[in-house]
Amino acid sequence: MGLTAKSSGLNLLRETFNLDVERNNPIIALAGNPNTGKSTVFNALTGLKQHTGNWPGKTVTQAQGYYENQGQEYTLVDLPGTYSLLASSTEEMVARDFICFAKPDATIVVADATNLERNLNLVLQVTELTDNVVLCLNLMDEAERKNIKIDIKGLEEELGIPVIPTIARDGIGLNDLKNMVTAIVNQDKQIKPVKVKYSPQIEAAVEELLPEIKNTLGELSEGLNLRWLALRLLEGDQTILDSMQNHYFRENLKGGVDCYGVD
Amino acid sequence: MELTKIKDFNELLSNISDSLNGKQREQLRDQIVKDIYSNAEVIADNNVSMQGEQTGIGEKIDDILTSKWLGFPIMLLMLGGVFWLTIVGANYPSAMLGEFLFWVEGHLSNLFMAVGAPNWLHGILVEGMYRTLAWVISVMLPPMAIFFPIFTLLEDLGYLPRVAFNLDNLFKKSGANGKQSLTMSMGFGCNAAGVIAARIIESPREKLLAILTNNFVPCNGRFPTLLILSMIFMGTVGGRGSSLLAAGIVVLLVLIGIAITLLVSWILSKTILKGIPSSFTLELPPYRKPQIGRVLVRSFIDRTLFVLWRAIVVAAPAGGIVWLLANNTIGGVSIIDYVANLIDPFATLIGLDGVILMAFILGLPANEIVLPILVMSYLSLGSMIEPDSADALRGILVNNGWTWVTALCTMLFSLLHFPCGTTILTIKKETNSWKWAIFGAVMPLTVAIIVTFLVNQIFTTLFL
Repeated sequence: MGLTAKSSGLNLLRETFNLDVERNNPIIALAGNPNTGKSTVFNALTGLKQHTGNWPGKTVTQAQGYYENQGQEYTLVDLPGTYSLLASSTEEMVARDFICFAKPDATIVVADATNLERNLNLVLQVTELTDNVVLCLNLMDEAERKNIKIDIKGLEEELGIPVIPTIARDGIGLNDLKNMVTAIVNQDKQIKPVKVKYSPQIEAAVEELLPEIKNTLGELSEGLNLRWLALRLLEGDQTILDSMQNHYFRENLKGGVDCYGVD
Repeated sequence: MELTKIKDFNELLSNISDSLNGKQREQLRDQIVKDIYSNAEVIADNNVSMQGEQTGIGEKIDDILTSKWLGFPIMLLMLGGVFWLTIVGANYPSAMLGEFLFWVEGHLSNLFMAVGAPNWLHGILVEGMYRTLAWVISVMLPPMAIFFPIFTLLEDLGYLPRVAFNLDNLFKKSGANGKQSLTMSMGFGCNAAGVIAARIIESPREKLLAILTNNFVPCNGRFPTLLILSMIFMGTVGGRGSSLLAAGIVVLLVLIGIAITLLVSWILSKTILKGIPSSFTLELPPYRKPQIGRVLVRSFIDRTLFVLWRAIVVAAPAGGIVWLLANNTIGGVSIIDYVANLIDPFATLIGLDGVILMAFILGLPANEIVLPILVMSYLSLGSMIEPDSADALRGILVNNGWTWVTALCTMLFSLLHFPCGTTILTIKKETNSWKWAIFGAVMPLTVAIIVTFLVNQIFTTLFL
């Protein structure tokens, strides 16, 4: 009722991640390396409005919480702290699958300002998957103490995403972060991340694969990030196929026989 | 239709797989990762500038805390220091709490008499439930309220990862994962929490090792038992330096627990859990100024109150049950005596007696109540002494034939035996297998029996 089949399909998908879709909140994912103060950001944003459980079918802790900004409530989902999304551990798989299939309306990546290079690896992998990313550059006070200067404007330009410096434990910068997320969700802020440039060998292989994948998937390829998928196939990543089968095809199958049209 | 798509898709994948051999695939994967890294490097280089040298005080401290020669002694000193602070600090508030709670009990008894309540009701509610509760609260709350905040402070400061770093090598040699020391530190608070913490270990084999051996870290429920017994038997009560000796004994017990963890891990990874330890990069996070206020609040609410509440929930009904067991008779002997006599011959072999063993069995729901049950059973008429006087406790135990070997065996049994019911259920939940849950209880029990048997036989032959 009022919902298009597409959006209620997304809701079904989101429900499989234990999200309460009844609330109709925008879904915000919180990603980041371990030891970046990600939990501090999560706690500062959600306060006492949070609850923990497990990721469905996994013994990995899932924390969710709610916060309000400009009169709208948001659901914040804390992803496991990981160094990458290459699915070499359950945590990395959980984080990847959430961004990939629950399609959060925005993803915040928390990074340690004193250790930017290593943290950027994750940022680049997230922006490969989804466009609506904001970088929360945390621990700015420690960076300052260590005489590390970061060119925020330059970083924004080279990554193609907004960068918000924060000191989460003192609550500094969190309002800017919330406002930026709101702007992204309301599409007041358009984001086009600069994608990773791979070496010619890889790019050529991807180019070669793309038409083949498109052909195989037919109309299913719409809404899928084919370039990203091609890269996973090149890697021989079996886990993404399993996850796709679990999340994506099953839901589409339901859509195919039209068992959800009315919410 | 979509089903065929999946099939096509999987076929496509296998086509691609076939067109590449393993080596090429690995090269591609490496190249993809390398490209991401070099992109990150370029962006970081362009936008980050360092002015002057880093101060590096953290690194200097790390060199000392994780050095080959000083790392371990510092660790032991820290551990001993924390225990000592707990023992010394807990004494006085424990006594005060005990005095207060038993003052309340007196008034409760008067109240029951005033309204003319029947004797058995007064027995179950006041002498059974209330007295056990008073015990658990006055004995456990003060040490927890001191131990947990200090421990959380060390955690917040960033010291615990250094401990993991120090122990990494030992764990690797025994086929386990270095992160296991972190799950073990969680186990100090609560073994169930330690079992859940094993999620941070990625390899399923090593995770299982960490889960199964977590029991060998004395959790908060057994910790007071160890502290109290070592105080009244190993250190002369009240003497100078006795608290130091008592802390030393507890450190020694923790070391025994670690040694057995390593030994069991080694045996398991050579037998039913074969495999090579996976390598992992242990990151030493920078030292951070702990947020003292938040640590105090967090450790009090999350840990102290949580554990205490659990103990209370289990202890109150258990107290009632024990009172019933002690006050109902089979052929003129109370049920407690009856059961204790039944298992006494076996218990004597491992340096305990029937009552001690029975207390451990009844303590399965929560280890916190082992000592209260023990004392209550000794005073077989169903009432406990006031917990504030360690001398009185010592008197009761000695009157029931305890020697320091009994105390030692009881402490070792407490350290090793089986985890509490909650932990066993948690093992089931985390491993999704009753088989491992049961193994996680039977294996430590076997170890406990072997160790206490050996210790008892050797020490009684040698010294008594």
